[in-house]
Amino acid sequence: MTPDLSPDTAPAPGTAPQAPVLTVRDLNVVYQSDPPVHAVRDISFTLHRGEILGLAGESGCGKSTLAYAINRLHEWPADVTSGSVTFHDRDGQDLDLLALGREQLRRFRWSKLSMVFQGAMNALNPVTSVRAQLEDVLTTHRPGMSKQDRRARCAEVLELVGVEPRRMNSYPHELSGGMRQRVMIAMALLLDPQVMIMDEPTTALDVLVQRGILREILRLREELGFAVIFITHDLPLLLELSDRIAVMLRGEIVECEAAETIYRQPRHPYARRLLDSFPRLTGERGAFLRDDGQAAPKTVRDTTPTGPGAADREQVRSDGGVR
Amino acid sequence: MTSLIPSSSGLEDLPPGAEPGAVPAPASTRRTGWRAMLPSWTPKLAVGLGLVVAIALFGLIGPVLAGDPDTIRNISLTAPSGDHWLGTTQTGQDVLDQLTHATRGSLQIGLLVGVMATVLSAVFGVIGGYVGGIVDEAFSLFSNVMLVIPGLPLVIVISGFVPADQRGSWTIALVLAVTGWAASARVLRAQTLSVRNRDYVAAARVAGEKPWRVICVEIVPNLLPVLASQFVFAVIAAILSEAGLSFLGLGASNSSTLGTMLYFAQNGFALQREAWWWFVPPGLIIAVFGCGLALINLSLDEIINPRLRRPVRKRAARAASGSSRNSAVRSTAA
Amino acid sequence: MRYYARKFGFYLVALWAAVTLNFFIPRMMPGNPVDILMAKLQQRGGTVDPSVRRSYELLLGADRSDSLVQQYVSYLGNLLHGDFGVSVSSYPAKVSDVIGQSLPWTIVLIGMATLISFVLGLVLGTVVGWKRGTWLDSIIPSTTVLAAVPYFWLALILAALLSSTLHWFPLLGGYDVSLSMGWNWPFISSAIYHGILPALTVVISSVGGWLLGMRNMMVSTAAEDYILTARAKGLRGNRIMIRYAARNAALPSVAGFATSLGFVVSGSVITEQVFSYPGIGGRLLQAVENNDYALMQGIFLVITVAVLGANLLVDLLYGLIDPRTRVSN
Repeated sequence: MTPDLSPDTAPAPGTAPQAPVLTVRDLNVVYQSDPPVHAVRDISFTLHRGEILGLAGESGCGKSTLAYAINRLHEWPADVTSGSVTFHDRDGQDLDLLALGREQLRRFRWSKLSMVFQGAMNALNPVTSVRAQLEDVLTTHRPGMSKQDRRARCAEVLELVGVEPRRMNSYPHELSGGMRQRVMIAMALLLDPQVMIMDEPTTALDVLVQRGILREILRLREELGFAVIFITHDLPLLLELSDRIAVMLRGEIVECEAAETIYRQPRHPYARRLLDSFPRLTGERGAFLRDDGQAAPKTVRDTTPTGPGAADREQVRSDGGVR
Repeated sequence: MTSLIPSSSGLEDLPPGAEPGAVPAPASTRRTGWRAMLPSWTPKLAVGLGLVVAIALFGLIGPVLAGDPDTIRNISLTAPSGDHWLGTTQTGQDVLDQLTHATRGSLQIGLLVGVMATVLSAVFGVIGGYVGGIVDEAFSLFSNVMLVIPGLPLVIVISGFVPADQRGSWTIALVLAVTGWAASARVLRAQTLSVRNRDYVAAARVAGEKPWRVICVEIVPNLLPVLASQFVFAVIAAILSEAGLSFLGLGASNSSTLGTMLYFAQNGFALQREAWWWFVPPGLIIAVFGCGLALINLSLDEIINPRLRRPVRKRAARAASGSSRNSAVRSTAA
Repeated sequence: MRYYARKFGFYLVALWAAVTLNFFIPRMMPGNPVDILMAKLQQRGGTVDPSVRRSYELLLGADRSDSLVQQYVSYLGNLLHGDFGVSVSSYPAKVSDVIGQSLPWTIVLIGMATLISFVLGLVLGTVVGWKRGTWLDSIIPSTTVLAAVPYFWLALILAALLSSTLHWFPLLGGYDVSLSMGWNWPFISSAIYHGILPALTVVISSVGGWLLGMRNMMVSTAAEDYILTARAKGLRGNRIMIRYAARNAALPSVAGFATSLGFVVSGSVITEQVFSYPGIGGRLLQAVENNDYALMQGIFLVITVAVLGANLLVDLLYGLIDPRTRVSN
């Protein structure tokens, strides 16, 4: 019943083992309602530099609660009752996030760890321009920066995520859902963070846009070397994207393994059920996003592409799938 | 949910609801159906109801026990005493006797206008919102126009044209209702639009229910908290407007209300002669009654908009009993 | 652009509705206002000139041969020329002149008081809503008390306390009548001094409504995703409160300005009466007392136009602060 939660499982083959950037130990989060809801139970894991750690599980399993607890975004009645979250900075300094003072925490947020939220529509302030929301980060965290430098930096990150810098003057409602999420990612890149937490960043988007953005995340990770905690209920997507996957069930991590291992031999029955619950329309999973030529073998239950959507998907796959 | 993971754990038996970040409703206080329409019992609601009931009883029973408010005595403007608990007016009338009758008058007109205005706003708001299209356009244009035309000046002009002997309480009530329904209609329309788009309403319409039936059975019950809140609001507004009108000497000629009392107090120079017992009590009754209704309305608001509910700060027994006390008090709020 | 066109269109319709209402009210009411007016005019030594009678008839209606439509057209024509007739209560002054004298008083007094109360309410509401769950919550019940207090009664109490008892402020009037009216400091300071008490009444009775509305919106807004984003961005608390929460939460208050302005204007009519303020509200009541129908109608129209104008202004402002209204589809 107790799976091996060894947090130091080696990263997926292909990426060199790296130093840890974030260590979570025995974290517990309780909603102090009546009766209390124990949303996160004794969770421990380690995130390595430059790694993409997938966090999978059904809605309500506590994965978002876990993500918010790392950055201490919870407000009453959510309460971190025990555990530790340690951030290992580039310069070798270790930060105990749960012990940070209010001002230290504020400075830590976004500069070392940024977040991309699910609500593509609602995560941006609807009444101020994209520019104002990007520059907000710089004026707060980099008070010495000149106006030109701020502009230049905002334009730079927008270009990084494939948004024309002239869209800076737009308001959120003038952008498409995918565009808004790209802006969010650009915003998350502004301060060159070491960790990025992505909470269902592509769930509300249509498949094509989703693919484009995932591609972008992988490319940026290669270029900039930040580590990612990627939260979604979409296990097949994680299999393609992540180095390691942690499967959550009712507030606990029941399995935490390299993506390959989870795919080939999921140990926990829940992980197996999660895998089986998605229709297998694409045969060579993994070949699409991570173009490393390693086609994963089909499992017994795989079915060949059928139905009206199959042909389209094949088409998308063959021409790259970006917009 | 605190039990161990059942071995048959799977997708189908995951707990419903319990979104990440959202507080699951505690089972013991979760209310369903009609009970959900009732405000939860809070001190706010208790005080509000208490004030309203007390003043209603005062207006209902008081006149029976009180003497004739119009009896003129030769004790002009005496301060409160054992004989006259709230003193006397310029013409020696007992202020308390007057107050009971005036309270009754104000409550009557407030209730009357409240009902009429709520019915008007429901007709324009709910029907407009439900039917949509050109009807909705016309109805909301009409209510918006009525909304921006200042009410009291209009009422004053209308009252000015009606000769005093023809100005009965029904006329005044009608005028106040006609000039006071528009804001509620706008609120009700917005609520109707949101209810109309819910699945069970769509289902009823697809099933071929008649529009009036859908409105009465599916929509109006869901609007009850809003309707109640708008009614309460209309009563407050009506009592205040009527008092203002009577204070200006433009009220109903056949009824005595709290505003009428204040009119006589003002014209009897109660202020200059510092006869506070004459002009303080009528206003206080209005203020306290209005305050009681407003408190009830605050409780109704919390049904309509659950976000306004205050999270219960109950330091319940900690689930993580194993953790030591000092590490347990780490709040995540920043 | 479409937003502005729609707003202008709406206020035109509202203006037309008010003008038409003004035309029909006297015609639907019992009694014959024209005869009353003519009798009054004679008492005051006015000449009963057929043209004066004609102008009253257009305003108020009478059993004449011309059809309602003809009367309506002539009535609109007179309004366009600013011809509201002659006031009988201050004969031989024209209605437009009487209004011209009293309007500035009201616009300055009510305008300032409303602005102060609006800004104060939004600022207090922002703080109270943002710091929910602290002692500031105890302010909320007191706002409901304030909202339920009748304007004129509050005015009476304030007058009794601050003026009759403490002699801090003058009890009546809009200025010291021994001073000559004009742009000189003694007169202006006297006007300000006299205006404080009525303005205080308006502010105290209307600030609670703004506060409560803003507070509730702040509570709702605090749960929005963009607030969470702002917190995760490591912005300072005040910046999040103002730029993210209050900026969004204020929108409904601004949009709901129209609803509230009606109450404020209504209340101030009575407040002026309590303080014998030389504004338009007091004039309206004098007109009613003297059966000065022409003046009544003129004042009602002017108040309506002023309220519509203020609302239009606020709507235009709303277009500026909410970029979503500028969508050009």
